[in-house]
Amino acid sequence: MMLKQKDFIDLEGLTDEEIYGILETASSMKDIFTRSVKKVPTLRGKTVVNLFFEPSTRTKSSFDLAAKRLSADVMSISKKASSVVKGETLLDTARTMEVMAADVVVVRHSHPGAAKYLGDNLQAAVLNAGDGPHAHPTQALLDIFTIWDKLGELKGKKILIIGDIAHSRVARSNIWGLLALGAEIRLCGPATLIPMGIEQAGVKVYQDVDEALKGVDAVNILRIQLERQERGLFPSLREYRYLYGINKERQKSLKPEALVMHPGPMNRGVEIESNVADSKQSVITEQVANGVAIRMALLYLLAGKEVKHEALA
Amino acid sequence: MKLLLKNGCPVDSRNELPEKVDILIENNKIVKIAENIDENDTEIINLDGTKVLPGLIDMHVHLREPGYEEKETIKTGCEAAAAGGITTVAAMPNTDPIADNPATIELIKARAQEALVDVVPLGSITKGSSGKELAEIGFLSRSGVKGVTDDGNPVMDSEVMRRAMEYSRPFDLPIISHCEDLNLAAEGVMHEGFYSTKLGLKPIPAAAEEVMIARDIALADLTGARLHIAHLSTARGFELVKAARENGIKVTAEVTPHHLTLTDADLQEYNTAMKVNPPLRSVDDRDTLIKAVKDGQLSVIATDHAPHTYEEKMGTIDSAAFGISGLETALSVLHHYLIRKGNLDWNQIIELMYYNPAEILRLDKEGLKIGSIADLTIFAENESWTVDTDKFKSLGKHSPYNGQELTGTVKLTIKDGKIIYDNRGGQGELIY
Ligand SMILES: [Zn+2]
Repeated sequence: MMLKQKDFIDLEGLTDEEIYGILETASSMKDIFTRSVKKVPTLRGKTVVNLFFEPSTRTKSSFDLAAKRLSADVMSISKKASSVVKGETLLDTARTMEVMAADVVVVRHSHPGAAKYLGDNLQAAVLNAGDGPHAHPTQALLDIFTIWDKLGELKGKKILIIGDIAHSRVARSNIWGLLALGAEIRLCGPATLIPMGIEQAGVKVYQDVDEALKGVDAVNILRIQLERQERGLFPSLREYRYLYGINKERQKSLKPEALVMHPGPMNRGVEIESNVADSKQSVITEQVANGVAIRMALLYLLAGKEVKHEALA
Repeated sequence: MKLLLKNGCPVDSRNELPEKVDILIENNKIVKIAENIDENDTEIINLDGTKVLPGLIDMHVHLREPGYEEKETIKTGCEAAAAGGITTVAAMPNTDPIADNPATIELIKARAQEALVDVVPLGSITKGSSGKELAEIGFLSRSGVKGVTDDGNPVMDSEVMRRAMEYSRPFDLPIISHCEDLNLAAEGVMHEGFYSTKLGLKPIPAAAEEVMIARDIALADLTGARLHIAHLSTARGFELVKAARENGIKVTAEVTPHHLTLTDADLQEYNTAMKVNPPLRSVDDRDTLIKAVKDGQLSVIATDHAPHTYEEKMGTIDSAAFGISGLETALSVLHHYLIRKGNLDWNQIIELMYYNPAEILRLDKEGLKIGSIADLTIFAENESWTVDTDKFKSLGKHSPYNGQELTGTVKLTIKDGKIIYDNRGGQGELIY
């Protein structure tokens, strides 16, 4: 398995073969978790820089752990996005990292295209850890990995993504990845949170949650941000919970093997009820573990190209 | 001083001329146009069948001086115009200070005296272009402005816009309206549609422009003012203007070369040279606008030349400024993408970039005619060139066409009978 491109920005344009290749690499990474020493020397001598312009403890620790398990040197820089509003500063910061011999720069930024911009301007490989509402490919891959792990091939699987699609990089990356694998994608949420023209991507938009839930293999529940209500995109949390929240009642309409997913952090009692989040159908905690495996796989594929595969064995 | 241009193909929709002519210029005027002129004692240039147009007018240009000289100065902006075959530019008032007072207009006029092309100053509608109180439009008119506009910003308050239209009517000034509902446009950076969704960029709906066009048309109807819609970019916006004109309302509109040639899909590489306001629209919008200019239903093509520094345009789409440098590519872009493909002809270009803007701004322009001021643009249709923003005369080095090969190039620009731009050797020389 090799990646064609220097950077890893999005799942759009990847083939099913490439995606399954990454999932298989992640699978062998996951095996390391069960060892007594959860560490391999694969990326010894390599430097991974986590450049986070937007706070995200979860994604950052996941990348941190992934790099450490591969024995890479890790450096983390967190900066307020406000101090890097100017593109100039963003690039300067990234170049400073590069001077410090970074092999992979993991970047999270609130502006769409920020990761691509750095990738175009840096020698180091750039790994997108979320660029505004545009893309979050590692999150999408861990979602896909989780489904694949539990249910097998994605072709023909019906996946529902529910919630704030308009502002969600997770949704967008999931859509491109799942489409490449031949899955059927349904979207549901308040009409104000469904972005214009999304159907053109080849997905189906549902107005009614109960309709949307019928026969799905997995439901991916997105976090709802309270500021959307302040901006008038929906009237109240109460109404949201009632119309779009996944509760026990709605869970009953799912097939028994269907998966309940959430990229976290959850607003328990809003988009998802606790007894659903903690139910047997929920794979939310496994998603977190799979996230580390996926990120190990990508760091390896980007930084370890010349490293022999046997190093993993 | 005499100059004889031989064997040019004149383009002038309103003066009937033979297919090929010689043009004799003495001092600053055209003194003779005939199929064959023999004249001693004069500099002779053989045009070898290239096009001769009356010097073009761009009624929407941001010269940035005073206040933002790092983006552009009156001198450099006028040099860019000369290189683009444009001999008259209307200067937008969103400078610093805003051109809302006669002193600033006088300053612009003084600086423009040494510039290569004519600068027509425009004044703001409201003090500081803040949309609240009317600027001293009467004084502005006396100091020579040919129109008023808060361009860069809309006049959000409908009552203020109504009063501006009423008040400026006796001065016979057009109200040039930047139509954008700021609440609808919000923090948007590109056209709302499939591509904004795909790219995750904050969207600007077409309706943000259309509701303001509809409002301004209603107000123009109410007040009898002359309304000119700046940088019209949507199909429905055009339909509104068309319907208003059919109903006898005094409204004209302009469209830019980039809105006629590019679409929102062109933002897919996150190239900040595609970030403009109004944003690049859908294919349907673009095609409707092309048809509208082709059918003679839109009045003007203007560049909305909006130069910025390198720092302001680098980085992500969100962080970059809106606006591109348009003067130096306009004519070649129009030729390459529209004229060559039969979507426009040369006579229409002269209507859109000469007669109509002159009429709207009340400039006295008579085209290629004996006695006219000798402002001329010589354009070679068969010569290609590659756009290289590093070579721009403008300080603004951002163009969506950078690196593209365009067919057709400005060979010579003549202002007041003098060659001010000479590109015969491919060097693009400016001559003061
Ligand atoms: Zn403008």
